[in-house]
Amino acid sequence: MAKDMRDIYTDTLLDLAKTNPSICVIEADLMNATGTRAFKEAYPDRFFDVGVAEANMVGIASGLSAEGKIPFAATFGTFASRRVYDQFFLSANYARLNVKLVGTDPGITAVYNGGTHMPFEDIGMMRLIPDLVIIEPCDLVSLEKLVRQAADHYGCVYIRLHRKGSHTLYDADESIELGKAKVLRDGSDVTLIASGFVLVPEALKAAELLEAQGVSTAVIDMHTIKPLDEELVAAYAQKTGAIVTCENHQVFGGLGSAVADSLTGGRPVPMERVGSWNKFGQVGNLEYLQEAYGMTAREISARALKVIERK
Amino acid sequence: MDKQLEAALAAQALEARKKTIASIGELGVGHVGGALSVIEVLTYLYFHEMRVDPAQPRWEDRDRLVLSKGHAGPALYSILAMKGFFPEEMLYTLNQGGTSLPSHCDRNLTTGIDMTTGSLGQGLSAAVGIALACRMDGRSNWTYAIIGDGESQEGQIWEAAMSAAHFRVSQLIAFTDYNKMQIDGMTQEIMNIDNLEAKWLSFGWHVQRIDGHSFPHIAASVGKAKEHSCRPSMIILDTVKGKGCCYAENKVSSHNMPLSREEAQEAIRQLEGGTHHG
Repeated sequence: MAKDMRDIYTDTLLDLAKTNPSICVIEADLMNATGTRAFKEAYPDRFFDVGVAEANMVGIASGLSAEGKIPFAATFGTFASRRVYDQFFLSANYARLNVKLVGTDPGITAVYNGGTHMPFEDIGMMRLIPDLVIIEPCDLVSLEKLVRQAADHYGCVYIRLHRKGSHTLYDADESIELGKAKVLRDGSDVTLIASGFVLVPEALKAAELLEAQGVSTAVIDMHTIKPLDEELVAAYAQKTGAIVTCENHQVFGGLGSAVADSLTGGRPVPMERVGSWNKFGQVGNLEYLQEAYGMTAREISARALKVIERK
Repeated sequence: MDKQLEAALAAQALEARKKTIASIGELGVGHVGGALSVIEVLTYLYFHEMRVDPAQPRWEDRDRLVLSKGHAGPALYSILAMKGFFPEEMLYTLNQGGTSLPSHCDRNLTTGIDMTTGSLGQGLSAAVGIALACRMDGRSNWTYAIIGDGESQEGQIWEAAMSAAHFRVSQLIAFTDYNKMQIDGMTQEIMNIDNLEAKWLSFGWHVQRIDGHSFPHIAASVGKAKEHSCRPSMIILDTVKGKGCCYAENKVSSHNMPLSREEAQEAIRQLEGGTHHG
């Protein structure tokens, strides 16, 4: 059976744990959702399930980190951000500790759990925390490579983890570097900057649609949202003169804002943003929700044509 | 506890109290009340109970302390300075721009501080994590935590309490500074935390309640807590907010109060002269 993204997350932690006794896992009654039961079975002394108590999960993770452990704490992205923001901010980040917080089910991928569980604001909140690293892998290969680098990096990391399903956009030997965006295809008329499991493939599809209309389209996988690869953003802003950001998040505070913030300090170019526009989440299947929030290749290509007109 | 030890600890507590008052007076404002109510427990722990080494502040086998009521930092700074973790002159930089001694405890800025605290309710969880990590590493050291009575109104305290018992974090001893006051008034009137012993007992902790300003009682309770080390231990300290400072003692307004240099000097004079008995 094909592995889900969460299986790769757990497999990677299991592999890291073999050689690094500091790796430990903390859950808050969602080990089955996150897929870390295998870690509990392999390393029962390095696994803690605190029950439905996310604040305590982050607090204990911070205490473990103060003693040199490398805790990976996971819960749904809504709880990882809104519910434990102060704990993560203060006990982990302000204390300059080494906590890896995983927010699962990003944006519309929360599907049937609906608006209560649909994090459209987690990246925006996390971007406000100084020095925090924020990653959102788009496929199995980059997930594994980025989780390994998150473990190696001293400092807090927020990992926006797509749980169920999988696809592979990169070759297994592709070099993926934290903080360095990947150019998935080159182009000269417009740049699509996307992040995550849903929107990176949609951006690639959009590029096909655009190319069919004679629009030379670059696509960038911005797997690290903070620190943003500002050099690449600036280079492609200059090269193509127009940018569309694509994110499974509110357009305010997330990837679109990060790119705009970065360009503001340099040479801004016309931008369009694809994402949720000032809306709460809701229930539905992925296809329905992609349409509802305009997170489709069709919407991306329409925005691309619009931004090109604004050049 | 023999009288000689008790007298020695009392002398150290007096010194710590004076330094705490003086350091806050130097700035002119600070968390006087909640700092002075924990002087005895901190004095006892650092001068008699805890394994710490100022020459190796991050010694792996040391005992840890999380001052979850982080606003009592100035009390702990006085003790740490007296122990030799940093020069005593530093105490008078409290809360000045660029200081290593901020109002609330910071593990990165202050030598000897084990955990950053300041947003109430968070430190006990961190102490549980620290104790779990020490257990994972096979250490026999102890982790101490000090929480406030008002702080006990935070839900996270009870999340941490539940988890410490569940994970059998036996090398953890926590204290509640039960001075019966919080910022807005008497704890009983603002949000009653009565039956505190029963609360902690029901969460699976070993519980004692003692006079938090009595060295013999503190010593005996810590001894007992260590004997009952199959469970985490809570020692509820009946204390007096602002203890020993004539401008602050037993006053709700002492949580964060103005204290001029002159007032600090007067308070210290009264303490030295023994005219203030609390």
